[in-house]
Amino acid sequence: MSLHRITLKVNGSTEIVDVPGNWTLLQMLREKLALTGTKNGCASGECGACTVIMNGDAVNSCMVLAAECEGAEIITVEGLSKEGQLDALQKFMIETGGIQCGFCTPGVLLSAKALLMRNPNPSEYDIREALAGNLCRCTGYNRIITAVQKAAAVH
Amino acid sequence: MRNAHPGLPELDYVKPGSLEEASKFLAAHAGESRPFLGGTDCIVRIRDGAWKPKYLVDVKGLEGTTGISFDPAKGLTIGAAVPMNKVAAHPDVQKHYPLLVEACNWVASYQLRSRATIVGNVCNASPAGDTIGAAICLDGVLNVFGPDGYRKEPLTTFFFGPGKTALKPGDIATSIFFPLPPKESAGKYLKLGRNRLGDLAIVGVTAFAYKDASVASGYRFRIALASVGPTPIRPTAAEEILAKSIDESAVEAAAQAAMDSCTPIDDTRGTARYRKLMIRNLTRQAVSAVLAQLKK
Ligand SMILES: Cc1cc2nc3c(=O)[nH]c(=O)nc-3n(C[C@H](O)[C@H](O)[C@H](O)COP(=O)(O)OP(=O)(O)OC[C@H]3O[C@@H](n4cnc5c(N)ncnc54)[C@H](O)[C@@H]3O)c2cc1C
Ligand code: FES
Ligand code: FES
Repeated sequence: MSLHRITLKVNGSTEIVDVPGNWTLLQMLREKLALTGTKNGCASGECGACTVIMNGDAVNSCMVLAAECEGAEIITVEGLSKEGQLDALQKFMIETGGIQCGFCTPGVLLSAKALLMRNPNPSEYDIREALAGNLCRCTGYNRIITAVQKAAAVH
Repeated sequence: MRNAHPGLPELDYVKPGSLEEASKFLAAHAGESRPFLGGTDCIVRIRDGAWKPKYLVDVKGLEGTTGISFDPAKGLTIGAAVPMNKVAAHPDVQKHYPLLVEACNWVASYQLRSRATIVGNVCNASPAGDTIGAAICLDGVLNVFGPDGYRKEPLTTFFFGPGKTALKPGDIATSIFFPLPPKESAGKYLKLGRNRLGDLAIVGVTAFAYKDASVASGYRFRIALASVGPTPIRPTAAEEILAKSIDESAVEAAAQAAMDSCTPIDDTRGTARYRKLMIRNLTRQAVSAVLAQLKK
């Protein structure tokens, strides 16, 4: 199968990758770029564990072909902290106990980050709506919502 | 969901440089290629093994597929590649076509709507497609580029069955056009899913109406029903009842007529009987909500 050479930015650094046409962005991140923070839960757009920010907006990376990402700018959970400082969302997720097993957490963080990028003062409904595509089997969601509210307050 | 491995079966990604090139490729590889936009139907169907294309042809970015343009004299054109979140956030769409915004916001999750498109929803022709009812009620017309050049496909004659449409190999929908809605109009989409957000419609009812002095009731309705037949259903008998009268018993009779017009099936999300009853209830609610908006 032919490979597609794509150039994209991941967490600020330029990457040149050769990918088969049937690879998803999720696979490329995990298997070519070793960014295993992005999780594969369902591989079918349902669970949100694979959420990353692509060109400024949250997407399910399992629903994007890698070959489509020519010129794209991607942010993964590995790109959230700056100069060793955790993002406010990360800090408050830890502080409020919005994390238990942690499998959903990278996706939750990126959905929440994309929300705060487009709406710095979200209502509780806005937060729940933005996170509706991120399933969590552990926390019962309330602590996640609180964490996002706290992060929004200091944003 | 058979297997959660992130890989897809063998296929190649094709990115043509022009509509002509894309159309020729699709026509030459009929049956083994598909155009794709957001890919949210394509990738799932391919992973499930329901579709086995050799080629996925990316038509995003081709001429006429990008951007939203509103002409106050004519109407709204939404490029095929514009994802639903962009449609729902567009000020002209919010102002003149709020029903479209409402319908988009019912689809799946935010992340999915960053990719999913209205044109993909329409071309996929699932009877459960959430934006299809609004697109029908708003008189949507697809602009299609095919082997013989450009043509228009009104949605009234577009759907033949699940996944079956008026499109042929080599056809690419480039945009969807909506004429200006009548002056005093209002719409409502009611979707019944197993949860509030992010499930496919067990049933869905779109109602749209405008004031029209030429009919006895003063209101002309368009109604579309989702997930209760092989194609979206337009219950014209219900619409005719409401053109005559909009009193309580007429609304009830219209809801009954909508229920009688549908032919649902039993599946994992609901039984046929339940679906029929819910169509009656939701039609009553949607029609009443639209009338309440118009009488304000
Ligand atoms: C987890 C999940 C949840 C979902 N929930 C909902 C929901 O709540 N409501 C709902 O309505 N849908 C839902 N869907 C289905 C899907 O997201 C929508 O139908 C979406 O609008 C499809 O748009 P797309 O751009 O991704 O289409 P694609 O997958 O790119 O294409 C869809 C179909 O249209 C054809 N096509 C694409 N582009 C063109 C073109 N330019 N010309 C001609 N044919 C074309 C493709 O070959 C394919 O058959 C869901 C999907 C997933 C994965
Ligand atoms: S892995 Fe992508 S949504 Fe579940
Ligand atoms: S913390 Fe375990 S799934 Fe969310």
